[in-house]
Amino acid sequence: MSDKSLSTPPKAGGKSGKPKEASKPEMTGSEIFCQTLISEGVETMFGYPGGVVLPVFDALYDSPINFILSRHEQGATHMADAYARATGKVGVVLVTSGPGATNTVTGIATAYMDSTPMVVITGQVKTPLIGNDAFQEADTTGITRPITKHNCIVKNVKDLERSLREAFFIARTGRPGPVLIDLPLDVSIAKTNLNGSEQQMDLPGYRVRPLGHLRQIKRAAEAINAAERPVIYAGGGVILSDAAQELTALVNKANVPITTTLLGLGGFDENDPKSLHMLGMHGTAYANFAVQECDVLVAIGARFDDRITGDVKRFAPNAKVIHIDIDPASISKNVKVDIPVVGDAKNILTELVNFVEHRDRPGWFERIEGWKQKYPLVYDNNTEGIKPQYVIEEVSRQTKGQALITTGVGQHQMWAAQFYRFSRPRHFITSGGLGTMGFGFPAAIGAQIAMPDEVVVNFDGDSSFSMTLNELPTAVEHKLPVKVCVLNNGYMGMVRQWQELFYGKRYSKSFLQHPSFAKVAEAFGAVGLTATKKVEVPEIVERMLKEKQCCVVDFHVEREENVWPMVASGSGLHEMAGLPTESIERL
Amino acid sequence: MPTTKHTISALVQNKPGVLAHVAQMFAARSFNIDSLAVGRTEDPDISRMTIVVLANDSTVEQVRKQLGKIIPVVKVHDWTDENLVQRDLMLVKVAAPPEKRTEIQSLIEMFQAKVVDIGPKFVMVEVTGPEEKIEAFIDMCRPYGVKDVARTGIIAMPRHPRSPRQQAKENK
Ligand SMILES: Cc1cc2nc3c(=O)[nH]c(=O)nc-3n(C[C@H](O)[C@H](O)[C@H](O)COP(=O)(O)OP(=O)(O)OC[C@H]3O[C@@H](n4cnc5c(N)ncnc54)[C@H](O)[C@@H]3O)c2cc1C
Ligand SMILES: Cc1ncc(C[n+]2csc(CCOP(=O)(O)OP(=O)(O)O)c2C)c(N)n1
Repeated sequence: MSDKSLSTPPKAGGKSGKPKEASKPEMTGSEIFCQTLISEGVETMFGYPGGVVLPVFDALYDSPINFILSRHEQGATHMADAYARATGKVGVVLVTSGPGATNTVTGIATAYMDSTPMVVITGQVKTPLIGNDAFQEADTTGITRPITKHNCIVKNVKDLERSLREAFFIARTGRPGPVLIDLPLDVSIAKTNLNGSEQQMDLPGYRVRPLGHLRQIKRAAEAINAAERPVIYAGGGVILSDAAQELTALVNKANVPITTTLLGLGGFDENDPKSLHMLGMHGTAYANFAVQECDVLVAIGARFDDRITGDVKRFAPNAKVIHIDIDPASISKNVKVDIPVVGDAKNILTELVNFVEHRDRPGWFERIEGWKQKYPLVYDNNTEGIKPQYVIEEVSRQTKGQALITTGVGQHQMWAAQFYRFSRPRHFITSGGLGTMGFGFPAAIGAQIAMPDEVVVNFDGDSSFSMTLNELPTAVEHKLPVKVCVLNNGYMGMVRQWQELFYGKRYSKSFLQHPSFAKVAEAFGAVGLTATKKVEVPEIVERMLKEKQCCVVDFHVEREENVWPMVASGSGLHEMAGLPTESIERL
Repeated sequence: MPTTKHTISALVQNKPGVLAHVAQMFAARSFNIDSLAVGRTEDPDISRMTIVVLANDSTVEQVRKQLGKIIPVVKVHDWTDENLVQRDLMLVKVAAPPEKRTEIQSLIEMFQAKVVDIGPKFVMVEVTGPEEKIEAFIDMCRPYGVKDVARTGIIAMPRHPRSPRQQAKENK
């Protein structure tokens, strides 16, 4: 194959040549650790100390790396995840063995499901003690194997640098993902002369194929050119590959309507008339109808998740499916693909755009416009109380759609996806695949650290925020102006909605008694505000956006609002409940 | 789609945790392992796993791709459609009272099997061959009483073998 040269991992440490063992000073594992991270370009990392990683923390004491101490290892992992999603760099986490390592599991699984590049380093007990049920020993590589792209334990200090370089290389290339390195105490204090830098990476089983096959690209272009009713369905892979510009060029040149997944939001400007906004379970009616009626579906960096397809047997029944994806295992996993193109989205789109031709497709665009008119995203805002969607629209209006948004998981997450209008990539950070409640607030902290000049807003649920609000002091300590909008319905809203619809309104264990979130914020040293009426919203949002420090606004919203439209599980993607009727007007 | 037996070969780096990783991936994705045999190759850094999977064609495609994603897995091949030599090795303990021994002996000869141990009440027999032959031998021994069976699981090789090192150079 022509991409052979690109597919071989580069030599560790860049420079080639003979090992010069003698000329190198001896260093401890911990010093090697710091030096390797710095040479990998790490400026910021997140974590929490403990017994077996003290030598590493001691080495960090004199290091220029900015270390963000979280209040819980889960928080550190979500921070690093969001740092990576906001910047495209690798997020780095350092924690201790045993409970420190197990506390990262949720964060690692979250990153794994959404393909975030991350390197997690966990301390481990001394190598002679491994397997003895030593104090704070856990089989960390065993526990995390199914939720990491790769992991390994380093038992010899001479392998440390190479293993770290391999970790960064694997994490950020191909389909990105978290990589874990388990570092025993004795390895971190053992000495060697950094000859790892001269060692080649040893990854014969890891190949990245960034370039798409030209014949497949041409076939894809032919199918798009011949299509009467094409739709592009773009996902997180477009963001991961930094291909938003190339995607926009394709959409404009070929003149094709485009919908994105939850994780693809911002990959294309949602204010453009060709945007159909999000598809899927809580996607727009016009996106879902368009996918069901299209004759060619162009999936780009998206993985046909069951929240997208509905009943997979009836998904896009008439479509020829083109799938551009860097992971061959994503192709034909859930939906049979007619034209696979394996490779990096940015590279492939750059080529593809040369072969597509402009087509007017007036009938198709008219049909879509009809759906847009008939089934817009709406809610009844004619209330005295606060509608959660209204808060999001107001924040979207006041920030001109330019804020960096994070979310928890639940109804508020879906409303954020529906009612905030995204125009740029890396500005919507949410846990899609694992659906991790509690992700939003630490994610906002990680994103704000990465992007000090951006307005970062976390739309959170009351229950989601309760899971990780222990990170408030982290935000306060670092003077981060993170904004938290708690859309407080006093319920686990998404659970309540399902209980209302599918369990005869038996609200079993789906409500929680909360403290005043404003007072909680104040106790931690942040600004706390509360809004209970709709009329207060514009002013309180304005005040929140002006705040120079961490600010939590507790919006007491209408308690039993539902997310519409909704494709119930087992239904076809076009079988949506809760479509607007003529009587509801957009207010 | 019909479920059939597929023989998959994976060349893997000899690193700790590789077997666990492969086994865990099969369990996590509910793939069905019929047999799994691991052993060294002529290259000390590389082992071969021969895995027999019960699956339909699209599932076996996923099995192959998911195996390929495991980083210490160097090369994966679905040998289903190849002209294969397949062998299973079995040790079986058969009850053999003195009056039945001649009968059993002729059975053993018929299968080109070998007696490897003998006791007052049993014989231990070594049989190799394709799976059907091994199973037929067990069936034939049942009337006498099968006390114990140990099998290696299938190992296989296409009729035009290439060296593992050569194969490792090719794409996964
Ligand atoms: C409560 C809840 C409701 C949800 N409802 C919806 C919904 O209505 N609609 C919706 O869309 N989602 C919804 N989700 C999210 C959903 O579960 C999935 O996470 C999401 O749809 C997956 O997005 P994706 O297909 O873009 O894949 P991702 O998980 O982003 O996968 C990225 C894909 O791109 C590929 N890729 C990676 N890098 C590259 C590259 N460089 N080049 C090319 N390809 C690359 C990967 O191999 C992978 O196949 C919901 C989640 C929750 C928690
Ligand atoms: C860690 C975790 N536990 C449980 C769930 C299941 N779950 C999904 S949504 C939800 C309720 C979320 O409530 P809240 O954060 O208040 O948001 P709302 O739906 O009310 O907007 C629950 C419990 C989950 N996604 N994550």
